[in-house]
Amino acid sequence: MTLPATLGEAVAALSAMPAAVPVAGGTDLMAAVNKGQLRPAGLVGLGRINEIRGWQYQDGHALLGAGLTHARMGRPDFAALIPALAAAARAAGPPQIRNAGTLGGNIVTAAPTGDSLPVLAALEADLVVAGPGGMREVPVTHLLAGRELLGPAELIGHVRVPLLHAPQVFLKATGRTGPGRATASVAVVLDPARRGVRCAVGAIAPMPLRPLEAERWIASLIDWDADRGLAPEALTAFGEYVAAACIPDPPGEEQLPPAVLHLRRTVAALARRALGRALS
Amino acid sequence: MSNDAATAIPAVDGPQGPQQEQPAHGLGASLPSADARAKTEGTFPYASDLWAEGLLWAAVLRSPHAHARVLSIDTSAAAGMPGVRTVVTHADVPGEATYGRTVADRPVFASDLVRHHGEAIAAVAADHPDTARLAAAAIAVEYEILDPVTDPEKAFAAPPLHPDGNLVRHIPLRYGDPDATGEVVVEGLYRIGRQDPAPIGAEAGLAVPRPDGGVDIYTASTDPHTDRDLAAACFGLGPEQVKVVVTGVPGATGDREDPGFQIPLGLLALRTGCPVKLAATREESFLGHAHRHPTLLRYRHHADADGRLVKVEAQILLDAGAYAEASSESLAAAVAFACGPYVVPHAFVEGWAVRTNNPPSGHVRGEGAMQVCAAYEAQMDKLAARLGLDPAELRLRNVLATGDILPTGQTVTCPAPVAELLQAVRDFPLPALPKDSPEDGWLLPGGPEGAGEPGAVRRGVGYALGMVHMLGAEGTDEVSTATVKVHDGMATVICAAVETGQGFSTLARQIVQDTLGIDEVHVASVDTDQPPAGPATHGRHTWVSGGAVERAAKMVRTQLLQPLAHKFGMSTELLQITDGKITSYDGVLSTTVTEALEGKELWATAQCRPHPTEPLDGAGQGDAFVGLAFCAIRAVVDVDVELGSVRVVEMAVAQDVGRVLNPAQLATRIEAGVTQGVGAALTENLRTARGLVRHPDLTGYALPTALDAPDIRIVKLVEERDVVAPFGAKAASAVPVVTSPAAVAAAVRSATGRPVNRLPIRPQAAVAAP
Repeated sequence: MTLPATLGEAVAALSAMPAAVPVAGGTDLMAAVNKGQLRPAGLVGLGRINEIRGWQYQDGHALLGAGLTHARMGRPDFAALIPALAAAARAAGPPQIRNAGTLGGNIVTAAPTGDSLPVLAALEADLVVAGPGGMREVPVTHLLAGRELLGPAELIGHVRVPLLHAPQVFLKATGRTGPGRATASVAVVLDPARRGVRCAVGAIAPMPLRPLEAERWIASLIDWDADRGLAPEALTAFGEYVAAACIPDPPGEEQLPPAVLHLRRTVAALARRALGRALS
Repeated sequence: MSNDAATAIPAVDGPQGPQQEQPAHGLGASLPSADARAKTEGTFPYASDLWAEGLLWAAVLRSPHAHARVLSIDTSAAAGMPGVRTVVTHADVPGEATYGRTVADRPVFASDLVRHHGEAIAAVAADHPDTARLAAAAIAVEYEILDPVTDPEKAFAAPPLHPDGNLVRHIPLRYGDPDATGEVVVEGLYRIGRQDPAPIGAEAGLAVPRPDGGVDIYTASTDPHTDRDLAAACFGLGPEQVKVVVTGVPGATGDREDPGFQIPLGLLALRTGCPVKLAATREESFLGHAHRHPTLLRYRHHADADGRLVKVEAQILLDAGAYAEASSESLAAAVAFACGPYVVPHAFVEGWAVRTNNPPSGHVRGEGAMQVCAAYEAQMDKLAARLGLDPAELRLRNVLATGDILPTGQTVTCPAPVAELLQAVRDFPLPALPKDSPEDGWLLPGGPEGAGEPGAVRRGVGYALGMVHMLGAEGTDEVSTATVKVHDGMATVICAAVETGQGFSTLARQIVQDTLGIDEVHVASVDTDQPPAGPATHGRHTWVSGGAVERAAKMVRTQLLQPLAHKFGMSTELLQITDGKITSYDGVLSTTVTEALEGKELWATAQCRPHPTEPLDGAGQGDAFVGLAFCAIRAVVDVDVELGSVRVVEMAVAQDVGRVLNPAQLATRIEAGVTQGVGAALTENLRTARGLVRHPDLTGYALPTALDAPDIRIVKLVEERDVVAPFGAKAASAVPVVTSPAAVAAAVRSATGRPVNRLPIRPQAAVAAP
């Protein structure tokens, strides 16, 4: 186990020992190790790299360190910047997990139920990846969809997120009142400068889904120069539009199984509620 | 019964109960548990903390298939790995190849056939836990995968999964006139899921070989003598060559430790001659131990126009898993209590427990009774809806009382204050609606800052009545032996009753304090060199072991006081002991226990054996139960009827406890039982697909968290003493588990208008009726 102090040292350590695995919070990695599913030949601990534990501002964007913990992102100062990501971080599990688990870890684990993922997808975040060849930028959705992968000895250093200065909502449905994995989650962010609504649905597919048509349609109905209010019928229609886009009807006479129909109703209710809260 | 004999705990007092006068020691005191401090500080030694010099680590290879023929097992690669000391399979079991608490039908290691996912096939001892696990994974097993039988309805016609056949037990209960009919008939089909006991600590143990060729097993067993006998038979040793030493028990709501963990451990120790330790992973724990029986129930209730029950017809099918375990006993409880605590003139109940390739089922508290409670209470709700009656009123018209006859033909001779319990929860004020409190204090379904929307939340109220039996049923010889020793002003209790969290060791201290007036009481740790006390199930230790401790303490008291009484020419009854001082009724004599002992040690051993019971006969008739305990619960739930998320707001509990022996401990037992019941109602279901357990971890198996646990209001504890029980006290832990799921289901039914006939309640069943 090595404990580099900078991203550069971490990349060098990984290049020197290609079989080593980087570890930050360890909430997913160490569970797999304990289960015997993973036996890393070496570990490169990222916990001492101070440059990825905070955030900085860069032309209308926030450059979030990949080592930000969920607990840190849940705090009010962060919530004032990127409210939906803060809400997702607060919903991400019990305090022990939130204290250790990091933003970068949530992205590389890429679990369908990762709570930050639909928010990053809705924000159209970009990843700043550090590697032996220097820095490169990858849209988060490209990584989640497998269009671009992290190469050998590459690490997510930062996540570039636009600062939209507008309401954002993250909602998730779980099986219990206490912390639990999402059965479905929805992130809705408003982008008043571009007069856009962006929405992503998590947990129902291997990666977050973007209902682009529904976004464009509802954005065209919103009066961006006035109070941005919408009639309840429009909210309901948006919810159903989103749900139908993410869970389409099967072709022909086939019916969706009851559990999937319920999931679709859940997505519709979450999307309706999320947009309603964002606009209220 | 008048209210004078009942303790009403005001709702505002919370778990500590009323702040009224309470004795500081003895029965009725809220004596704290002796190990509470060590447990909260994390210094209490559990089995997984044990250590011995030079110990080896065990790992068990488990079947990845639910049903398969084992064609060959090649252990050579594993045995050749550096650090591996031995590998054992079925061929290395020196004694009996099979074991079982009721029927010896379960192999120690699968030999030719695996019958469930996670069945043990081989075990490895190595000098490091990772080496052991890698070696277990390196054992090459060739399987021929067979079609698993996972639907218990198909088990009847399926080819036998076991030489004993697929039918573990069938009870056709017939009581009354089969042709009786009622004016109103309601029917229903109910399904209950597979609850896991999910103990806080997974199975663990340490086996240490002895110089005489025997082995000592240190583990958190709840029935050490039975476990010792089963293990000794498989080791080919006499029971005296095996000793089970009970360590701290990290949670037990079912049977621990499963012999399926201990026997391989002991074998490895005997083979290697070294101490061997096993600490099961959570996944192994889920796969290896017994679960609550998944149950399918079909009911038809007949009632007259006033809502009085005329006849109940029921079919109950228990999924026993691959081995018999405690299924026969669970089925007896399910059939006997199929109609609930109601007077039913005619009852026809068919019960079956069948073998499948699903995970094993066995004893989890309230087994059998909990599944039928969910079904008969759903039927009562259906009947109330059909007749346009209030559900509580309909129940009150039918409740059982002392002197009534159960469908098994047994007369209820113990107190049965069912009507009083129901009235108590019905009359208790309902909790305030969230709209009356500040918005930021709301806890909606979905949790804090969750998706819950006030406009979509509906509140529902539901009632349930439940009953369980106490002690082993159907002719089980229930006996316990205890020894009390007094020396130097201090008393020691030696009894093999295991403290599982039910509070036996605290109760034993209270009993001795009460009888001998000695404050300092020590309860010895348990091993199988002591006389047997039986399993820690069905509230039996409060009854039989508590009774034995009381008798032994009384014998010591007589030994202590006899010489004094003789000297002063009075009977021992005229002397009393308080705070270590012996005084006579007239104050003439005053001495201390230490002085009266004159340096002697006093010992006494006594047994307690309640009156015998008889097995249910071919028509399900017989006096099968020693005693019964009852409970009434009113559940209040909030349901987000769009998402189907449910939050249980409050559970108001009224319970028939006989006598309160330790108020604080009783309250915690009821709260724990209700919480386990809420889990069974909403989230706890170990899911399988074609016999394979899908998520054997605590993320996939959602236990209630602190946010899911409702406000539990103990509205009333009816203290009507059961004259045949020592102290008049009844078992308190199981009946809230039995009753809570039915109450939550009833409340969700009232909130959503949906039938709710499946537990746990899935979100799609809790959305509003379209």
